[in-house]
Amino acid sequence: MANVLEVENLDVTFSLHDGEVHAVRELSFVLGEGETLAVVGESGSGKSQAFLAMMGLLARNGRATGKAKLAGTDLLALSSSELDKHRGLDIAMIFQDPMTSLNPSLKIGKQLSEVLVRHRHMSEADSAKRAIEMLDRVGIPEASRRASSYPHELSGGMRQRVMIAMALLCEPKVLIADEPTTALDVTVQAQMLDLFKTLTADFGTALVIITHDLGVVAGLADRMMVMYAGRAVEAGGVDDLFYDPKHPYTFGLLHSTPHVETSGQRLSPIDGLPPSLEHLPTGCAFHPRCAFAMPECRKERPKLTDRGPKRSAACFYEGTLSEKEAAQ
Amino acid sequence: MTAQTPMLDVQNVTKVFGIATGFMRKPLTLTALSDISFQVNEGETLGIVGESGCGKSTLGRCILQLLTPEEGKVLWLGQDLTTLKPDEMRKHRRDLQIIFQDPLASLNPRMTVGGIIEDPLRTLMPEMSQKQRRAKVIEMMEAVGLLPEMINRYPHEFSGGQAQRIGIARALITEPKLIVCDEPVSALDVSIQAQILNLLSELRDRFNLTLIFISHDLSVVRHVSDRIVVLYLGRMIEYAPRDELYNDPKHPYTRALLTAVPVPDPKLARQRKITELRGEIPSPINPPSGCAFRSRCPYAIPVCAEKRPEIESSGELRSVACHRWREIEVEPVATGG
Repeated sequence: MANVLEVENLDVTFSLHDGEVHAVRELSFVLGEGETLAVVGESGSGKSQAFLAMMGLLARNGRATGKAKLAGTDLLALSSSELDKHRGLDIAMIFQDPMTSLNPSLKIGKQLSEVLVRHRHMSEADSAKRAIEMLDRVGIPEASRRASSYPHELSGGMRQRVMIAMALLCEPKVLIADEPTTALDVTVQAQMLDLFKTLTADFGTALVIITHDLGVVAGLADRMMVMYAGRAVEAGGVDDLFYDPKHPYTFGLLHSTPHVETSGQRLSPIDGLPPSLEHLPTGCAFHPRCAFAMPECRKERPKLTDRGPKRSAACFYEGTLSEKEAAQ
Repeated sequence: MTAQTPMLDVQNVTKVFGIATGFMRKPLTLTALSDISFQVNEGETLGIVGESGCGKSTLGRCILQLLTPEEGKVLWLGQDLTTLKPDEMRKHRRDLQIIFQDPLASLNPRMTVGGIIEDPLRTLMPEMSQKQRRAKVIEMMEAVGLLPEMINRYPHEFSGGQAQRIGIARALITEPKLIVCDEPVSALDVSIQAQILNLLSELRDRFNLTLIFISHDLSVVRHVSDRIVVLYLGRMIEYAPRDELYNDPKHPYTRALLTAVPVPDPKLARQRKITELRGEIPSPINPPSGCAFRSRCPYAIPVCAEKRPEIESSGELRSVACHRWREIEVEPVATGG
């Protein structure tokens, strides 16, 4: 399997009035053709900023260094006009709130056909036809009539479908979806996850799904990467990480999630709070909250190292992770 | 359930909102709740679940008389709260408290944490001295896991999880009997969510609280509740003890809702068959005739459009509102969620 996206040593830094904040640090990963990668982390983990950086969508005070190669082209080295040739064509991104991503004063059919006129140099008539086909494909009923609706006339789920249709119009190699179902009701979320599965398979698009919801990860992703305080702390196949996590943070996240066996019982939360990026703890950023922390965790930061076939973790502790071990 | 009188007895509550459509035009009506009845016993946790617009928050507010229902009764220890005058209701306020979803938005940014937590005492228990109030504030801060030295800080200095602890301390300080928790963990990160859920169950046991837990998250509701009310478009469609509801849902909507919850278990997630519902929730201004769920129901037949199904007993301690619940083949639902 060829890699469509190769990220090397990505750093994202924001300059504030009293110094700099590193939102993403030394992030490296690859995304295979047609693969689905889940990027998991809590607020402030850097999971969204890493991908906004690749899309050239960082806030003005942000800057990114490192490499993000999309089929060989380093996106971070491109000027904004060069980047425009790729955005929407071979890499696309959709967001949590579709209402703020759509132009409220343009009919949705027009918003879609614009993409094709621009990237594919199609005629107005052909692009309009293709837009309707795509709306139909993502499950919008009466697509030809709906094409002349404005975004506010659609429900939240329909708007997210329009966003997906727009993102997939040019059959991009990579689709980045940032919390795409978080704002939706659970029955609509189920429809949407199903749609992602079908469409990425049909178009051969590799999908990056950024989420905090481990349920979404389990149902959709092939591989996952867990981020904490700006760094990847564990990466690997979904089954490996769910059934045999190597990093205590991954372990903690899995055990904080209520599920059938925990009904009426105590959950095992991760103690404490995520650190402020401005005042990161020394050594491993997770050590103040870690039940397995050892003296060296305070002094030195563990590197992301191989912990089995196709998986890695950044942790000094190599024993078994269990609640019993944690208590000792 | 024993033959005790329920602590809270909600009877046929209906809440209608008028929506202004313009000058001299007849306002539209939105029936947010229609004929809702259930009981809550002392020490019990009742979960209320449903998707957006189902009326779950409105129901919480109607119970606390923050909204006045148009019809029906809310019996609190046998007394109907809907008929009370505001100053009579005030006497009950110390027993009935609420925790909100957005912890920061529900705290006054210009008051110190101590002031916020103390506020209900000043208004509801004026007989207490300043010194007694202060001591109580510190006791509550400790109970919810806040350091007493934070007493003079302001809300913006706190994270979401800590702010929710402040909200919980404020609700607890009058020693209430019942707390309505309206989506108390939805705005929080997973690891913090677990801390707050544990705290709530700890406090429930310690102070013998009765909780009404409103959430859209079925995994969370399952985790905390003894019994569960499922709402759809302002109607109660199923009401059952927790395990019965999750293991053997009777209403097609409950079943669809349960299978739609993503399971945090990859192998289970791959095997699972999702009962996918068509479309989205209709507008509550113009709900479908008959059964409100029929427009999305895979089992709908003509009678569902003609007649609204009454809520009827579907077993011991449980009820359902569906014309066809007896005929529908209930497959066991694999719900790890």
